[in-house]
Amino acid sequence: MMNFAWLIPAIPVVSFALILFFGKKMPRQGSEIGIAAIASSFVLSCIVTVQWIQRVDETVSEHGLGIVRAIGKGLLANSEEGVAITPVINTVEWFRIGTLEVAVGTQIDGLAVMMLFVVTLISLLVHIYSTSYMHGDVRYTYFYAALSLFTASMLTLVVAPNTLQLLVGWELVGLCSFMLIGHWWEEKANTNAALKAFLTTRTGDIGLMIGVIVTFFAAGQTFDIVQINVLALEGHGGHTIWMVGASCLLVGIIGKSGQFPLHTWLPDAMAGPTPVSALIHAATMVVAGVYLGARMYGVFWQGFSIADGGVNPMALVGGITILIGAALAFVQDDIKKVLAYSTISQLGYMVMGLGIGAWVGAVFHLFTHAFFKALLFLGAGSIAYSGTHHSFDMKKDMGGLRKHMPVTFWTFIIGSFALAGIFPLAGFWSKDEILATAGQGGYEIFMVVGLVGAFLTAGYMTRCVWLSFFGEYRGHAHPHESPKPIIVPLIVLAVFSVLAGLANASAFGIEKFKEYIEPHGEAFPEVLTPQFDVGLAALSFAIVVIAIGVGGFFWVDRRELRALKGLTDRSGTAKAGHSFLMNKYYLDHLYERGIVGGIKGPIARAAYWLNQNVIDGVVNAAGRGSAALGRLTYRFVDQDVVDKAVNSIAQETGNVGGLLRYVQSGRVQRYALMLFGAVGVLALSLVIFS
Amino acid sequence: MILAQFLVLAAVLFCIGVYGVLARRNGVLVLMSVELMLNAVNINLIAFSAYLRETSGQVFALFVITIAAAEVGVGLAIVLLIYRNISSPDLDQLDQMSG
Amino acid sequence: MNWFQDWALTLSIFLPAVGMVIILLIPRAKENAIKLVALLTSLVTLGVGIGILADFDYSNTGVMQFRVNDSWIDLIQARYHLGVDGISLPMLILSMLVTVLCIVYSWNHFPEPHNPKGLLALILLLEVGMNGTFLAEDLILFFVFFEIVLLPMFFMIGVWGGPNREYASIKFFLFTLFGSALMLLGFLALFFLAGTFQIPALTAKAGIDIAHNTQNLIFLGLFLGFAIKVPMFPFHTWLPDAHTEAPTVGSVLLAAVLLKLGAYGFIRIALPTLPHAAETWAPWIGLLAVVGIIYGALCCLAQTDMKRLIAFSSVSHMGFVMLGIATLTAFGINAAIFGMVAHGLITGMLFFVAGSVQHNYGTRELSRLGGLLTSAPKMGWILGFCVMASLGLPGLAGFWGEFPAVLSAYQPAPGLDVTTFRIFMVVAAVGTVLAAGYLLWMYQRVAFGTPKPEFAEAHIHDVSKIEWLAWSPMLIGIVVFGIYPEAIFGITNGAVMKLYGG
Repeated sequence: MMNFAWLIPAIPVVSFALILFFGKKMPRQGSEIGIAAIASSFVLSCIVTVQWIQRVDETVSEHGLGIVRAIGKGLLANSEEGVAITPVINTVEWFRIGTLEVAVGTQIDGLAVMMLFVVTLISLLVHIYSTSYMHGDVRYTYFYAALSLFTASMLTLVVAPNTLQLLVGWELVGLCSFMLIGHWWEEKANTNAALKAFLTTRTGDIGLMIGVIVTFFAAGQTFDIVQINVLALEGHGGHTIWMVGASCLLVGIIGKSGQFPLHTWLPDAMAGPTPVSALIHAATMVVAGVYLGARMYGVFWQGFSIADGGVNPMALVGGITILIGAALAFVQDDIKKVLAYSTISQLGYMVMGLGIGAWVGAVFHLFTHAFFKALLFLGAGSIAYSGTHHSFDMKKDMGGLRKHMPVTFWTFIIGSFALAGIFPLAGFWSKDEILATAGQGGYEIFMVVGLVGAFLTAGYMTRCVWLSFFGEYRGHAHPHESPKPIIVPLIVLAVFSVLAGLANASAFGIEKFKEYIEPHGEAFPEVLTPQFDVGLAALSFAIVVIAIGVGGFFWVDRRELRALKGLTDRSGTAKAGHSFLMNKYYLDHLYERGIVGGIKGPIARAAYWLNQNVIDGVVNAAGRGSAALGRLTYRFVDQDVVDKAVNSIAQETGNVGGLLRYVQSGRVQRYALMLFGAVGVLALSLVIFS
Repeated sequence: MILAQFLVLAAVLFCIGVYGVLARRNGVLVLMSVELMLNAVNINLIAFSAYLRETSGQVFALFVITIAAAEVGVGLAIVLLIYRNISSPDLDQLDQMSG
Repeated sequence: MNWFQDWALTLSIFLPAVGMVIILLIPRAKENAIKLVALLTSLVTLGVGIGILADFDYSNTGVMQFRVNDSWIDLIQARYHLGVDGISLPMLILSMLVTVLCIVYSWNHFPEPHNPKGLLALILLLEVGMNGTFLAEDLILFFVFFEIVLLPMFFMIGVWGGPNREYASIKFFLFTLFGSALMLLGFLALFFLAGTFQIPALTAKAGIDIAHNTQNLIFLGLFLGFAIKVPMFPFHTWLPDAHTEAPTVGSVLLAAVLLKLGAYGFIRIALPTLPHAAETWAPWIGLLAVVGIIYGALCCLAQTDMKRLIAFSSVSHMGFVMLGIATLTAFGINAAIFGMVAHGLITGMLFFVAGSVQHNYGTRELSRLGGLLTSAPKMGWILGFCVMASLGLPGLAGFWGEFPAVLSAYQPAPGLDVTTFRIFMVVAAVGTVLAAGYLLWMYQRVAFGTPKPEFAEAHIHDVSKIEWLAWSPMLIGIVVFGIYPEAIFGITNGAVMKLYGG
């Protein structure tokens, strides 16, 4: 089956075309085609996964784990051929330019298998979820067509054996996110968000494009990923060119994976339908950047000298993003925006993980994050669908939903705990893997950043859960539990959010994830395998619990205070009512300042201000500036200089013609006079000069 | 010197022709002046032919006479059309070609 | 099939001329007969093209096939010399196809003043010139066909154009004629120094017996002639005016085929016959190309007229083509040819849609348009598709003209300065973002949102049957070439390798 892996992206492509052309005529408007296609892709992905696991097991049982490990470390690479677990690559020639042949095909290895599984599973759940969530939408059929294409593009990217195919999938993913974020294009705000997403990621794509070109030439004119990685690790052609290549690729990751400072499009992208947000944040689009980092790891390892420790651009970008994203999540009222900033922060973990050599940790975090972030987004969608009449405002329209929507509530709680990193849920294991590698690989400062990030994560999720599910209901709808198509995906994802972490629960000695996913061979660097550190795990767990406790305390306290105040004031005078408002405002301030460390509020707001006014301002100013520059160039250079030069040449030719006009009198005899005059002059000159 | 006399005659005739072409306003007279010029050339050709005992000059003269006849035919037709159009053979009034 | 080998190219050039003569003989009132004759002529011509495609020897794309070589004007040693190889074949088919589609589109979209006889006759005459230019193997023959193209386009703009048509048509005519004059000088200089007008012979000599400085001067003449036609910055100013004023089919033909004549001239004549001069001038061509990319994009951002915006985008896109050519590598030239075909299909489509938008709304002002997706959803989708193709989305044709061109600039031909070209590469890559910017901005203004109040009640026709007929081949082409670029690279590569393989 691994040789037929091309079917996995091909099926959604076919389904896209079918839905586009025949979807409207189908009894369920095309959604059944999409679901069937993704379901079959999912089944195929599972088969491929099982086969890959068997392949690894066979190799290991034949040669023993030690030898495979040793090959992974590059010790025996040359002595015994064929023992290393090589990826299964199938290609056909795509086209040929000059002497270069470019192939298209599939590359199946642990990383690809893991992504195939995650992408198809989440996409399938989103498809099912949307039958209910998008029911009755004006462009229901179109929505399903776009979902199919979105999944197909991501799968194309995942199985890409060369950077060119990867680039194709990458850009198509961008297109689909544009289509889906702008799904309700009647509103200008939505189309603005879609444009912003596309243009921002496209700015990052300059980096990717140049990175692909640089690595193409650095590896001796090939797009082949395995070969690029091998040559990069050898340092073929010198360190500098790989550093340039890695830096350019990093710009691509920054754009696509919402890293600082190009993260501003991601919260705006919440303008799209909620299932799309889940898909974008968990399985497609934003993880494409991290996937690129993991896929081309040899280039980054060599380019940024990751083995040497210290500080490198990749880790730095990731680290900054963790803090910036988490801090911003505190000041949002829109539940989807809280989750969006949370995604930015979590992607920061992954990028930082790659930057500090925690390849397994970063990929593992990608894996676990996909489940709980999809769960949280779908949960938020469930609230909006059945609880608040399509509002995402936590302060205005939510609160107290715990009683009305028990399943949504419990799954959301599981998702939040997994995200915060509560033992033994998924997020705990993957985050711990990254932190442990940071601590043991010479990147202590990033371990601290990670711990601070964990604290903030737990804090804002507490706030988010509290505002949505506890307290009193503040909305104007009639909240009730969501229908089955919405509930079932939530439950499935909740199960995965609980169990996924156990795939690599290093504390219990389970390292299945690492065993099956981590590549072995000369295309992959010798990454550090961290020892499980009980102290660190306990510390991070304690930090999370403290954060939840502090947050909870302030929230519960504040609510009770407010209820108390409210009671007294309701029985008081108008003046007392005024003071109640004042007090409430004061308490709000106290909360903003006091909660989860007191200082984070102003910092977050400053960061948000910076975000909105400086970074976003620069983006906007760049847009406005280039438009103005365009106007100036057009008006003054093009119309006044270049065009005028052309016109004046024509004018001058006309003037000269005007002078000649006097000769052209129209009188025959004057012409004859000129004729004879000329003959006379010529005759005279003949006489004189001869 | 017989040749010189012929040449002087031809030159005088040619100058009269040139004067006529340039100074006359009537189209018919201009045509006649052109005819004078052509015949001046003919005299030259014949004179040289006789002087050099070479018959090609006479052949040329015959050609010129034929061409002159055709030219007068076309020329007179044009003058006639001009007269029809502007009711006058006056060439000065004919400046539609002025640029 | 032997007679076909001998006659195919002559037929593909002169069949349209025969059709034109027949049309001129039909009385003006018999419109249907005129349309039918025009359509049949162009279809038969396309049929000849398909015959050439079928009979073409794909294992030898570098060799001139279907060759015709007869004496023509012995006095100046000009010969009637035609041939088709992998470089000219895609351009020839593009030209034939676009002509058919333009005639189909014209079926019920005749511009004012209503005169199908004149318009269709001119389109066919235009096809004579376009096909001839792509097939000529003799400089004088090339020049004649190159100039034939001017005339119909001049009248098309001058008679059926917009309010400012006289200015635009005269500007177009004089500007390109000026370039042609210098180009002719170059041709004559080549003739006197190398002793022949035959392009294969000149290519074989590669200018070895011409002094270096003279070569540079000759190249300058050819450069001006071709660069004006492309058009490259700063010789582009005729283009926006011509496009804005021209009727829809005129714009389509102009964008799809006419602009390619210049770039084709570079690839076929200027670079192979004078390789040393090309090396000297290549950095300057590259510089003008990338300046054109950025400059065209900036000007697009300032436009308020949809058609003018698309016209400026051509300046930007042809910049990528010229960048590929300037690298003098097989990679870059392949990309350039692909870029030409892709730009022909995509920008041609954009002009078609812009024409239909104007037909429906009576305006092309971006500020007055909006909500096309609501009023005419299919047209809105097609526009969106073309916008995506135009901004170089992988999977559609535009990408394969853009990305390889940028890639080739990383490592230009030996002898060219690597650093300069790498700077060009980065600038060109920035250009792709600007392209996305102005195209999406236009799309947002035209298609998204709801229709403006003045058009809220108006009945907007969605894509009609005739339009589907005229558009679908181009749309299919954009997808097919995007997914399977080998369809073009496979044809061009052999020929390009022969000329530029090192």
